Amino acid sequence: MPYDEALERFEPVLGLETHVELGTESKMFCGCPTEFGAPPNTHVCPVCLALPGSLPVANAEAIESTIRIGLALNCTIAEWCRFARKNYFYPDMPKNYQISQYDEPLCTDGYLDVVVDGETVRIEIERVHLEEDTGKSTHVGGATGRIHGADYSIVDYNRAGIPLVEIVTKPIPGTDRLAPEVARAYVTELREVMRALGVSDVRMEEGSLRCDVNVSLMPRGASEWGTRSETKNVNSLRSVERAVRGEIERQAAILADGGRIVQETRHFHEDTGRTTSGRSKEEAQDYRYFPEPDLLPMAPDREWVASLKADLPELPSVRRGRLQAEWGVSDLDMAAMHNADAIDLVEATVAAGAPAADARKWWMGELARRANEAGKPLAELPITPAEVARVTELVSSGALNDKLARQVLEGVLAGEGSPDDVVAKRGLQVVNDEGELLAIIDKVLAENADAADKVRSGKVAAAGALVGGVMKASRGKADAARARELILEKLGVS
Amino acid sequence: MSAITRDEVAHLARLSRLALADEELDHFAAQLDQIVAAVARVAEVAADDIPPSSHALPLTNVFRPDEVRASLTPEQALSGAPAVEDDRFRVPRILGEEA
Repeated sequence: MPYDEALERFEPVLGLETHVELGTESKMFCGCPTEFGAPPNTHVCPVCLALPGSLPVANAEAIESTIRIGLALNCTIAEWCRFARKNYFYPDMPKNYQISQYDEPLCTDGYLDVVVDGETVRIEIERVHLEEDTGKSTHVGGATGRIHGADYSIVDYNRAGIPLVEIVTKPIPGTDRLAPEVARAYVTELREVMRALGVSDVRMEEGSLRCDVNVSLMPRGASEWGTRSETKNVNSLRSVERAVRGEIERQAAILADGGRIVQETRHFHEDTGRTTSGRSKEEAQDYRYFPEPDLLPMAPDREWVASLKADLPELPSVRRGRLQAEWGVSDLDMAAMHNADAIDLVEATVAAGAPAADARKWWMGELARRANEAGKPLAELPITPAEVARVTELVSSGALNDKLARQVLEGVLAGEGSPDDVVAKRGLQVVNDEGELLAIIDKVLAENADAADKVRSGKVAAAGALVGGVMKASRGKADAARARELILEKLGVS
Repeated sequence: MSAITRDEVAHLARLSRLALADEELDHFAAQLDQIVAAVARVAEVAADDIPPSSHALPLTNVFRPDEVRASLTPEQALSGAPAVEDDRFRVPRILGEEA
């Protein structure tokens, strides 16, 4: 059912479960390293392979990071809690269970505010708990490479045991037609909080931040929520938005036909933006959680928690507010910079000496256009904030005009060296020699007698063509504003 | 104390992917029943002032520093695997006919 029609008839309720791999040096319960991309089964040991006689010991850094995440999300930190065993038969954990937390998470009852369409939406956080990541299974045989229909599977346990934090929201009603945008804004903000805390590299494409999206619909005016589906491992911000939208459209079509939504896990497909059914209800697991006997309870010291709270870094929303005030930009411009991931770049450019307005102008203008053309994020353009700052300096000193500055940026992006190198190599310099400029103007006026006559007779607008002629004749090096002044002066209309 | 039923044993066996014969279901139901009854005796002596405990040691916050230690080589890691392919553990089909 088309999205607009679905929203006329139904109200969505969202829920988001986000998994964040912590950036610790070693795994959660053993000393194996955690780097991404190592050859298979090279980061494994008797503990994470569950060899008989091995015992886990919890990583202090991972516990501290989890508490800091909870504090940044305004949660209450448990005074006492335990790990729990989650039992299941999938071979992605060699123990046949995953060490997780069940009814005693480290952090509970927090919130994260996000801004969508100028409105602040408070997302309530149910819990933040610590667990271990699973190994990576590759399914062999069958048509799709998926677990269904596979002949057998092969497993790499490098990832098994990497500390994983799960952040679960409470159900989020009332987002209405903005549900997809709210979901995306939440994951974006959460990612920035993790970055500010320095607890994870939060790379969605490498799986260090993964999101499961729960969606249910209820008829407009109903008070009871519908049955939800859970779409797994949505791996980009754009996919979060598309997955919510796709589920709203799919569920609305079923409900409108008098059908029922099955509570199930669904898989998101990047290519179509649709989900397909995953694990069905009959296979849903009975996890038989119980307190993990191999690990002792945790009782975070109150003074320690207070000191962690006092030492939290400036959080992204606070930082954005501060920078907006410092830069004197509108809400709209700030939101545009945020969406373009330009805030860090503008800040670094300002730190390198550029006025904020100039830094913003180049990153959000010419450089955003170039990034868009190249299909890359801004931060991946081969130019540094210091180089952009140097270009703004050359413009404000009068050595370059905007047109030449664009050529300098083009040169830097093309690998021709620093801005000064490009200026030197390409011979880019505003014509400051008034004599040279006047000679060019005389030539242009002579070649465009008609336009010159129009200006003389009072049609000042015709001067634009003459200025254009001067810029062309000088190959962009003239100062257009000065050329205009001189032309008008010469034609006696200034 | 309610007895463990055959159905409960069958359910647990399915969750654990254990193939139990019919007579085994009865056999294990009786055994599990005895085990549960034995553990339940703790409740007889646990007074209201004794909180439930999950761990025998009166310790909390036993952590290790975040330091990398040597891992096994893939050869060592895979040496006990029943089947190996591409330096990975090869396991039988995970979701069977029921999928």
